[in-house]
Amino acid sequence: MKTHVQTEINGEAVECLIDPSTTLLNMLRNDLLLTGTKEGCGSGDCGACSVVMDGELVCACLVLGVEASGAKIETIEGVADKDQLHVIQEKFLEHAALQCGICTPGLIVSTKALLAQNPNPTEEEARYFLAGNLCRCTGYDKIIKAVMDAASVLKEAS
Amino acid sequence: MVAVTYHAPTSVDEAVALLASSDLPSKVMAGGTDLIIQMQKLVGDARLIVDLKKIEGMQTVSIDAEALRLGPSLCCAKLTRREDVKALFPGLVEAAYLIGSSQVQGRASVGGNLCNASPAADTIPALIANRAVCHIAGPEGERSVPVEDFVTGVGRNCLTAGEILTQIELPRPSARTSDAYLRFIPRTEMDIAVASAGASITLDDDGICRDARLAIGAVAPTAIIVAAASDLLIGNIITPDILAAVADAASSASQPISDRRGTAEFRRHVVGVLAKRAVSIAAERAREAV
Repeated sequence: MKTHVQTEINGEAVECLIDPSTTLLNMLRNDLLLTGTKEGCGSGDCGACSVVMDGELVCACLVLGVEASGAKIETIEGVADKDQLHVIQEKFLEHAALQCGICTPGLIVSTKALLAQNPNPTEEEARYFLAGNLCRCTGYDKIIKAVMDAASVLKEAS
Repeated sequence: MVAVTYHAPTSVDEAVALLASSDLPSKVMAGGTDLIIQMQKLVGDARLIVDLKKIEGMQTVSIDAEALRLGPSLCCAKLTRREDVKALFPGLVEAAYLIGSSQVQGRASVGGNLCNASPAADTIPALIANRAVCHIAGPEGERSVPVEDFVTGVGRNCLTAGEILTQIELPRPSARTSDAYLRFIPRTEMDIAVASAGASITLDDDGICRDARLAIGAVAPTAIIVAAASDLLIGNIITPDILAAVADAASSASQPISDRRGTAEFRRHVVGVLAKRAVSIAAERAREAV
């Protein structure tokens, strides 16, 4: 039996009918066509499906869609302001912090969560916080450079 | 994933009634980080999922003069951000902080870690060291069990049909008491303990150990208390010789297996090293704890 889910995604009220076994990841991608959130492992190991749910960074593959009822979800689609990229997105481009791009939405959402919690992270803190976001292309160095650069720009702006 | 019926009751009574009356095989959900993976592997009959997070008190933590009262479903990210919890139970917070990635900590809970009953669960040795008590509600009413009796085997706990864990209570540490938790993993993060140790130590004003409790993990089907360590420590100044004896006691108490993450011999040695270091760190913290 399908369940009616009313939730808020990137500030907009959204509703859909899903099977209760559907993960939040599949609800976002297949039912709401928000395909920016990627599936890597589907088992909570890779972080490609990172989203923020009621203020906490989570793997959307480890959440049931029905749990989103009454919750506030933030996805990669809500990071840019229309055509204006977020500083984190600009810095990922500037530092070439991606190759194939599958890990990128998750890394950007996680970086935003990191900087919201800790606006001035050390490189070590950033590496530990982002340890759940796997990237098989870059070797992480460019990602960490982008994250640290974004942190310093956001700190100056605040 | 297997077909599921999902309920998120708002009271303990409702949850117990749902579980007790279900025709379907039922599963209780907290953060879901273990459960959703398990459900993906299941085939056959539909399952009832009872999500406990909407029940009042399941995601709160409070500290008063007697105890810390932890809602079992509170996610580790929220727990580890609580400075007041960290000040009283730094070892428990260390253990909660080691569970999975930032993303997993946004969901995984101490209660879930306990109920899932992995031999390598990080929070269990820390809970045992701190004499945690599990409060349980079920069709027959309420009962409480010491945390060391809660886990009964690999992936098994003492909850009977219809019962749920409603609260984890840790007695407030007395003066000059503190705890520590350490584990060994081959990587620097995001891994499962190969061996672990949690310790709580109470000193008096002269630095003599007045209470000590050591629990070790990932070296037996369940986390185990090293009673011999308490005997070695209590009544004494904690010297390097005593710490060496504590390490030997932990190694002797362990019953490890060999698997791809470590041999039994390696685990037996490492658990001793972790035990003496955890005792030493807890004692150092106890010295500074008011």
